[in-house]
Amino acid sequence: MENLLEIKNLSIEYVTDDGINKAVNNLNLKIREGETLGFVGETGAGKTTTALGIMRLVPNPPGKIVGGEIYFEGKDLLKKEEKNLREIRGNKISMIFQDPMTSLNPIITVGKQVEEVIKLHEELSKDELRNKAEKMLDTVGIRKERFDDYPHQFSGGMKQRVVIAMALACNPKLIIADEPTTALDVTIQAQVLELMKELKIKFNTSMLLITHDLGVVAETCDYVSIMYAGSSLEYGDVEKIYNNPLHPYTIGLFNSIPSLDEDKEKLDVIPGTPPDPSNLPTGCRFHPRCSHCMEICQKSLPKSIEVENGHFVSCFLYDKKMKEGK
Amino acid sequence: MEESKFIDKDKKYEKKGKSQLKGVWTRLKKDKLALIGLVILIILILMAIFANFIAPYEYDTQNLKNTFQSPSLKHLFGTDEFGRDIFSRIVYGSRISLQVGVIAVGIAVVIGGFLGAVAGYYSGKIDNVIMRIMDVLLSIPQMLLAISIVAALGNSLINLMVAVGVSSIPQYARIVRASVISIKNQEFVESARAIGSSDLRIIFKHVIPNCLAPVIVQATLGIGLAILTAAGLSFIGLGIKPPTPEWGAMLSGSRTYIRDYTYMTLFPGIAIVITIFAFNVLGDGLRDALDPKLKQ
Repeated sequence: MENLLEIKNLSIEYVTDDGINKAVNNLNLKIREGETLGFVGETGAGKTTTALGIMRLVPNPPGKIVGGEIYFEGKDLLKKEEKNLREIRGNKISMIFQDPMTSLNPIITVGKQVEEVIKLHEELSKDELRNKAEKMLDTVGIRKERFDDYPHQFSGGMKQRVVIAMALACNPKLIIADEPTTALDVTIQAQVLELMKELKIKFNTSMLLITHDLGVVAETCDYVSIMYAGSSLEYGDVEKIYNNPLHPYTIGLFNSIPSLDEDKEKLDVIPGTPPDPSNLPTGCRFHPRCSHCMEICQKSLPKSIEVENGHFVSCFLYDKKMKEGK
Repeated sequence: MEESKFIDKDKKYEKKGKSQLKGVWTRLKKDKLALIGLVILIILILMAIFANFIAPYEYDTQNLKNTFQSPSLKHLFGTDEFGRDIFSRIVYGSRISLQVGVIAVGIAVVIGGFLGAVAGYYSGKIDNVIMRIMDVLLSIPQMLLAISIVAALGNSLINLMVAVGVSSIPQYARIVRASVISIKNQEFVESARAIGSSDLRIIFKHVIPNCLAPVIVQATLGIGLAILTAAGLSFIGLGIKPPTPEWGAMLSGSRTYIRDYTYMTLFPGIAIVITIFAFNVLGDGLRDALDPKLKQ
């Protein structure tokens, strides 16, 4: 399978009065066609910034893409002109935002909002537009009688369905879903995820799913990338990572999930807080919180090592092991 | 009687309400004062449109035998120093006043709104340049600015409207800028960008319609103010030329007779007061009706 999206050494900074916030640092990623990549990390790990970077929507100022390449269908998005980017947005890459309550325009009917996406990218007559928009809404489970209703007449889950309909309206190659279920309650979450999974297969799109819910990742993703302080610490297919997490941070994340079987008073948490992006620690970004911290971790940044086929981890622990093995 | 029925049913209506306009209307209906304002306004507008049917005399027919007549059945509001029927002049005057109010505010809303939207949306340098110019305009009292504009351009109805309009541009620019800034950071604007909308499309389709509410309110209040400013300008002789009836000019013309023939100043004054009152209460009502926080 070919890489649909490949991010190489992407770095994004926010320049503020208090200093430079390095939101994304030398990030590498790839998504193949039809594949879902889970993008997991704590708040502030740079997940959303990366997503906006792919769309070239990082607010500038203060944000700035300082380096790297984002190849989409073989072409570097960072070298494209604004006009060409507009043709890609919503058409080939579309985005589902976190909060469905605010990501719909309150004064335009939902039907018109779905129509607008199609209108921007396809030349259709009025009737065809309406037909297509109705069909799209129908696919996500919204009756066409509700076409002329306003967003405030919809529940949160219904709104997110509308947002999904908008994202899928032009049959994009890639959907970036930025925490699509965070603002919804659990039962609706399950419905929405199920719907997204179903539609993803139906339309054969790839998906970048940003979340901090490891359960959601297990449920929906093929591959997963663990983000920390703007770079990927561990990458691999879901089964490998869930069965055999290697990076101390990943292990910490899994340990902090409450288990149904065990009776615990307190959860195992990772000590400390994520680093301040304007003042990142030297060496491995995770070393101040790592229980396996070694001397080398404080000095230099570990490289990404392929531990087993398709399972990458950035940690000296495994570097050493490999050497010892040899 | 009818109204109390509506209030009881309001809640049910609101849920069914399809469009925003309907919602606004149901909420406005609850505000009795605003309704009174609306009714007065409708009467005024009808009066202006059908002035030639309502007015018993022409506004400029002089009758020198009949000067300074007190109000009577023949001359409802009496006659002035040239024997012209004051009631007819007030009826015709509503045309001028409403025109001045609406068009002046229209000028201000369009220009001010555009400048404010551009300043708010692009921020940075453009914002600074536009808003500092607005600040300069704001620092001059509105009346003084209007006086100097009319004085520079000369007396005419159009110049009067331009003067009143231009002098209130900064207010609208400020209001629109403030709402644009709050709207442009909302997620649906970002999502509009993410589906490939251009800047212009976002401004006109997503941002401006969402900040119309405060502008509508300010415009309604502003029409009252514009009428007052126009009347003021006419009063000091910088407005409409005689014999065209204008309420402010009528006031000013009759002020020398205020001791002997009070009604001559009273009626145009009342006309101004009622009109402005109507616009103000309607504006207040609209503010409440359009406030998204009160929405259910």
